[in-house]
Amino acid sequence: MKMTTTKALLLGAVGTLALSASAARADSLTVISWGGQYTKSQTEAYQKPWMAKTGNTIVSADYNGGLAEVKAQVESGNVTWDLIDVEPSEATSGCNDGLFEKLDPAKLPKGDNGADAKDDFLPGAVLDCAVGTIAYANIFGYDSTKFPGAKPTKVADFFDLKTFPGKRGMKKEAKVNLEMALMADGVAAADVYKVLATKDGVDRAFKKLDTLKGNLVFWEAGAQPAQLLASGEVVMTTAYNGRLFAPAVAEGKPFVIVWDGQQQVFDMWAIPKGSKKKDLAMDFIAFSTSTKPLADQAKYISYGPLRKSSAPLVGKFEDGKTDMAPNMPTNPANMGNYIVQDVKFWADHYDELNERFVAWTGK
Amino acid sequence: MSAEPSVRDLKRRLAAAERRAKLRAFLLVAPLLLFVLLSFAFPILSLVWRGVYNDTFSAALPKTAQLLRDWDAVSPVSEDLCRDFVEEMREARKINAATPTRVATVVNREGSGSLSKIKQMLSAKSLGAPYCDGLAGLDAEWAKPEIWRAMKIVAPPFTPRFFLQALDLRENADGSIRHEDENQSIHRMLFARTLTVAGAVTFFCFLLGFPVSYLLAHVETRTSNLLLMVVLLPFWTSLLVRTTAWIALLQQNGVVNDVLVRLGVITDEHRLVMMYNMFATLVAMTHVLLPFMILPLFSVMKGIKPSYVRAALSLGASEWTAFWRVYFPQTVPGVGAGCLLVFILAMGYYITPALVGGQSGQLISNIIAFHMQTTLNWSLASAISTLLLAGVLLLYWLYTRLVGIEKMKLG
Repeated sequence: MKMTTTKALLLGAVGTLALSASAARADSLTVISWGGQYTKSQTEAYQKPWMAKTGNTIVSADYNGGLAEVKAQVESGNVTWDLIDVEPSEATSGCNDGLFEKLDPAKLPKGDNGADAKDDFLPGAVLDCAVGTIAYANIFGYDSTKFPGAKPTKVADFFDLKTFPGKRGMKKEAKVNLEMALMADGVAAADVYKVLATKDGVDRAFKKLDTLKGNLVFWEAGAQPAQLLASGEVVMTTAYNGRLFAPAVAEGKPFVIVWDGQQQVFDMWAIPKGSKKKDLAMDFIAFSTSTKPLADQAKYISYGPLRKSSAPLVGKFEDGKTDMAPNMPTNPANMGNYIVQDVKFWADHYDELNERFVAWTGK
Repeated sequence: MSAEPSVRDLKRRLAAAERRAKLRAFLLVAPLLLFVLLSFAFPILSLVWRGVYNDTFSAALPKTAQLLRDWDAVSPVSEDLCRDFVEEMREARKINAATPTRVATVVNREGSGSLSKIKQMLSAKSLGAPYCDGLAGLDAEWAKPEIWRAMKIVAPPFTPRFFLQALDLRENADGSIRHEDENQSIHRMLFARTLTVAGAVTFFCFLLGFPVSYLLAHVETRTSNLLLMVVLLPFWTSLLVRTTAWIALLQQNGVVNDVLVRLGVITDEHRLVMMYNMFATLVAMTHVLLPFMILPLFSVMKGIKPSYVRAALSLGASEWTAFWRVYFPQTVPGVGAGCLLVFILAMGYYITPALVGGQSGQLISNIIAFHMQTTLNWSLASAISTLLLAGVLLLYWLYTRLVGIEKMKLG
């Protein structure tokens, strides 16, 4: 019985979507995301079903974050990107700066269990200009063959060169690394941003980072950490959890994720201001953030869906045997010691801290 | 006599013909001139302009900017200033909702944390007279001078602060200049590092390029054509491909290390670290820039008559003396051109060092890209670029003084 209501609802949703889409003629949508395994998971779970349903096509392109390109397009009045996958801090600052279209939350469909969209999404997942899809975590992982004895288990182990010698990979950005340094230095998760807001706290974070000086390799694109680990260039690296999970499971690479001190961030859809296909993009947002596609995405990457109604539908990885639930950042066992990235803090301090971080990396 | 007017007539016609020819020549060159102006001179001028002029604040809040200019940065902020600031921000938001945040972002660069305070102020609808007390009620920071000092610094549209910042100096609200905090200052060091790397790469290119060019110029034409192809082949390959190839070669599990381990030169546990350090930067950059050294050298050497060296030898000079005293001086125009080309190109490099250099691979161009793409602080990026450009021009001038531009031969 439950199954049939679900199906009926789904069909209803499909019907409305198909109608609204067929009103517009077949068109193409340019969707910008982070590339690699992540874009693949979106293609399988969102793009392909949407294209099959509406007859529209999607052109995918990659970027490495930041709003420079969007700013350039909006300011020149030549907006060629229709939809972009951003993080909450960019979604907020871009919305403030008038780089993104305001979105109408009423267009988001109900969950498959009948819950209203606004109750179904996790807190913070629906913003003025963006709708969240998944939560990912910034974690660190290591190559288990490099540590035959004791294994790293705590965030402090990342900074422990004595017990775990070898180079470390780290994103070339202040965000994540400063929080990680403080947690490794013994700051409780709840106090991280309080400490980081003081000058002493920032000094303390950099002092901790100093201990890794000379043992660091910096990465910029999300696909790099797995490559750095695989090529033996580093023994441990920070990464987005899904980027280490996929090679570990699909290719049997000896990568192990340490969840202690994980930092959760949402990924969200936003429409650059002035996109000529705003309605079509909104239609795609409504479709891709509905219960089923969000749950389906977990088949291809270990990122947690932001709809509560999707959680029970999360099943196995595309290999058909690995359970996804334990590999999700939102799995209770992985949330012993974690923080959620503070959007407001980074909007205020991103420039200053990132400049200092870049100065630090250059020395 | 009719000769007089006809000579004058002839002169006039000749002058007219010359004018026409000049005009035609000018029209032929005009598209190129226009292109150079539009794509080269104009962007460079606008770049320099951006480095000294930023009216984000003063255009949105003209009255506030005026009051801030008159404020001494020490005494308490006047009620007029508080009122104009709040009201002008509200006005600006009515015209364009994004303006206040843009202004706040600029202020935030001088006083970190200002962004959220200004946003909080904007959302406080009940804020009215007395404005200063109202602001202080929102956040105690408004009663302190820091945030107003930050605004005073960014208020004037013409400002030396971006150029100062490019040299690791900061402007204080009272106009005095201080050194950037030790942990934030990086530009001078990066300028120095960029110069060193460019110098080293030029040196290695010369060391490797000179014998190759010599060989190219002294073998049969058929062989030299083939060899020239080999030199030029990487030239036609994408820069990224060449750089990535070096990563594949030099990384810990890379080709070079594998071969050395297989040969027993090193053990598996002690693979050489050749990636993500200065070594990788120098190797990859030297490889990428080598053709720019070889080509001018080759063309100069090709033009040197062998009879001079033969004459020197027959007059009793040793091989070395003949080379050093007779042959080498004739190659100087090529050496100069090659070195100048490689050096200037190396100064502006950033993709290769960023990919292979790790921590040491950060050069001044990376910082320019960082401010263009990440912080969106285009004014600072412009100021650093202008300094880099000035440095290159200075070197060029030095070169023309020391070697002489007429002696340069590019091929």
